[in-house]
Amino acid sequence: MATSPKLDAKIPEGPLQEKWTRYRSTVPLVNPANKRNLEIIVVGTGLAGASAAASLAELGYKVKAFCFQDSARRAHSIAAQGGINAAKNYQNDGDSVYRLFYDTIKGGDYRAREANVYRLAEVSANIIDQCVAQGVPFAREYGGYLSNRSFGGTQVQRTFYAAGQTGQQLLLGAYSALMRQVALGQVQMFARHEMLNIVLIDGKARGIIARNLITGELERHFGHAVILASGGYGNVFYLSTNAMGSNATAIWKAHKKGAFFGNPCFTQIHPTCIPVSGDHQSKLTLMSESLRNDGRIWVPKKLEDAKAIREGRLNPNDIKEEDRDYYLERRYPAFGNLVPRDVASRAAKERCDAGYGVNATGEAVFLDFAYNLKYKYGMMEANRLGIKNPTEQQLKELGRPIVEEKYGNLFDMYKQITGVDPYENPMMIYPAVHYTMGGLWVDYNLMTTVPGLYALGEANFSDHGANRLGASALMQGLADGYFIIPYTIGAYLSNEIRTKPISTNHEAFVQAENEVKDQINRLMSIKGKHTVDHFHKRLGKIMWNKCGMSRNAKGLQEAIQEIRSLREEFWKDVKVPGTDKEFNPELEKAGRVADFLELAELMCIDALHRNESCGGHFREEYQTEDGEALRDDANFSYVAAWEFKELGNWELHKEELKFENIKVAQRSYK
Amino acid sequence: MKITLKVWRQKNKQDAGHFETYQLDNVSPDMSFLEMFDVLNEKLISEGKEPVAFDHDCREGICGMCSMYINGRPHGPLRGVTTCQLHMRSFKDGDTIVVEPWRSTAFPVIKDLTVDRSAFDRIIQAGGYISVNTGSARDANNILVPKENADKAFLAAACIGCGACVAACKNASAMLFVAAKVSQFALLPQGQIERKQRVLNMVKKMDEEGFGNCTNTGACEAECPKGISLENIARMNREYICAALTSEK
Repeated sequence: MATSPKLDAKIPEGPLQEKWTRYRSTVPLVNPANKRNLEIIVVGTGLAGASAAASLAELGYKVKAFCFQDSARRAHSIAAQGGINAAKNYQNDGDSVYRLFYDTIKGGDYRAREANVYRLAEVSANIIDQCVAQGVPFAREYGGYLSNRSFGGTQVQRTFYAAGQTGQQLLLGAYSALMRQVALGQVQMFARHEMLNIVLIDGKARGIIARNLITGELERHFGHAVILASGGYGNVFYLSTNAMGSNATAIWKAHKKGAFFGNPCFTQIHPTCIPVSGDHQSKLTLMSESLRNDGRIWVPKKLEDAKAIREGRLNPNDIKEEDRDYYLERRYPAFGNLVPRDVASRAAKERCDAGYGVNATGEAVFLDFAYNLKYKYGMMEANRLGIKNPTEQQLKELGRPIVEEKYGNLFDMYKQITGVDPYENPMMIYPAVHYTMGGLWVDYNLMTTVPGLYALGEANFSDHGANRLGASALMQGLADGYFIIPYTIGAYLSNEIRTKPISTNHEAFVQAENEVKDQINRLMSIKGKHTVDHFHKRLGKIMWNKCGMSRNAKGLQEAIQEIRSLREEFWKDVKVPGTDKEFNPELEKAGRVADFLELAELMCIDALHRNESCGGHFREEYQTEDGEALRDDANFSYVAAWEFKELGNWELHKEELKFENIKVAQRSYK
Repeated sequence: MKITLKVWRQKNKQDAGHFETYQLDNVSPDMSFLEMFDVLNEKLISEGKEPVAFDHDCREGICGMCSMYINGRPHGPLRGVTTCQLHMRSFKDGDTIVVEPWRSTAFPVIKDLTVDRSAFDRIIQAGGYISVNTGSARDANNILVPKENADKAFLAAACIGCGACVAACKNASAMLFVAAKVSQFALLPQGQIERKQRVLNMVKKMDEEGFGNCTNTGACEAECPKGISLENIARMNREYICAALTSEK
């Protein structure tokens, strides 16, 4: 297969290990005096957006940053719990840049671009340095050195963390850097603003149309370049671990104006989330992957035990050790409970589909800490204190404070949501939509197929292939923002130093604004019978059932038809209250759901065309005899980049993936 | 469960505002407080009425966006819990619940239960950072931090910037919020260089934004969903006095 001529990834020449170094030494620079005259728009203030906006401002560019929340600090990166990977090898356990690169490529089931992933692994160490310098309070050992823990899909300890709030601490670090630049006048901050369209002039990205969410006014903003760091699109499923406001509108509007969409069907379903409790459910809550360090996942071995637990007749604590099926340890002895997320999620679904689910809905498995609490931590303490032959009760009491210190906030959250105490009873968990590996296609510079338009962080498709490893999202967001875009944007802007700011009275701005006005007017004038959420929930059900943890051709074909008719119904029957010239959260949601209703179709089309299973994309028709994903490297070792033609019509372009530094193999965690 | 809600409705900043009463008949104890508001809004929209505007985003207690004053307490009756993590099982069938926005001059109402907390951003802009440009950092393990200090700094840094401390305070003081940030950096070696100027600038900005003074009541600590300790205020006062007496500016 040959790469489409429309997809030039611009990967630098030379050996993998030298590409980034050579690139940095040869990329054109913009001198400081010219930087002052160049304006950059950054949409989104999560890890990628805030770090990019701050770093670019530090270089001297004039930056305008936008977020829909009331403050840049609220972006959903804040909710990331477990940690951030970096190839520091502080633990002396054999880690290296190559190994992080290798784990990431393998974890992504060989569907990511080598050069990008290697660069990510290379800069990972700098991220930790930067964050520590900012005052991010990472966990420490008694000697004052940084502490690490393990995450799924790896056999080294390379994850840095701040209790179960790593994302919060990293984001507040990036946010503080951003606020510093705001104070210095280098960044103009637009909170409670939502980007609703991109402006192209002579084929280049030159600005955005944003809505002031408080007044409802539409605003035109010029930029020599536009960076989208607006996050992922997991909310297409309605229920996900994303924030309520997380949306695809920025990337979708860009897609409709010419930015190709890469691998839209690659969705990450996270194995350890709190199960759905009822129809009122508005979102799902993740229980950090770090819990799999010490929690063991199981279901009963006997169907009658599972049934008795579901009906409340049996307490799981009373099930004997030999009657428990630690199915991850059984199926994957080498990685056990720390297999990658896609593998763990499918294994949970397999057990529940076979009738072993343990809550009323039949869709839950146990994540149990009792064993490690007593026999790992309790025993450790008993040894330390010189207690001989401790009783079970003693072990429990001794182990608890250690578990509290490691996971206290997560246990509290679990109890708060479910009303069940996880120190006494095993947690119940089930997979839920968490992250989207797909996103706007970008080249090595992180530029989309639209010149001057960049996509960073979860908004792009680049580094995680078909499955992202735990603690790698934070790494990628900050790598893109702190250490990659500040270099790569120079390659473009060095040719723009003669471009004077373009008036926002330019016809292209007027037209882009009119498109937004038209959509808002249409939404306001339907005055139908059903609320936005009504449609969003129905879309979510279609996607979860037919384009979720496992997919098949028939289901996907049905889903495409169902999405189309739901979209039609939405545009006839949605009800948006209030007016567009005021603070109107329902109108905001309506615009986002309108975009999800289009994106969902492309996700299904992509899932249908990819006749293989890889990572999070599991096609039931393509599996090994023991139910593992069966890739088809001969035919599908490529990035699917979709070009928007008109609604319901996309053209597929392929970027061939070449693996020159890694041996492609069936992914095995056994 | 049957729940009666008395909710503050205010069209915009200029409007005087008033309470409206709503009845909900099918509230599940497993619903979060905000999911109950989702149900209320669905009902209001289908009746052709204006839904209640309220801030929320992550719904897992960490973004700090949700901000309801429930039965006279920020984030409701439980300790250590944000509005989004409060569940209806904390209430009884037949309860009447009064819901208001945060009330403080420095947090003007935008609409209904939504307020403007941008004053917090401006306080951070005044000094809530360490001045380090990207790329200047040395190897992370070259900066050693005693575990005890790292842990204390983390506990202070756990502040989510929701503003419950201000809403709880009879003086609408932002001392706990500011003290948490000042403490985080005062406890870490990285924060030493700008230590004095930081506390002076942030306190000055806090006063300019119209927050009240601290009279050591401790309501902020009691209502903080993240358990930020009053110790931080004591530390900030020490930092402030020390900086004011010794600063060379």
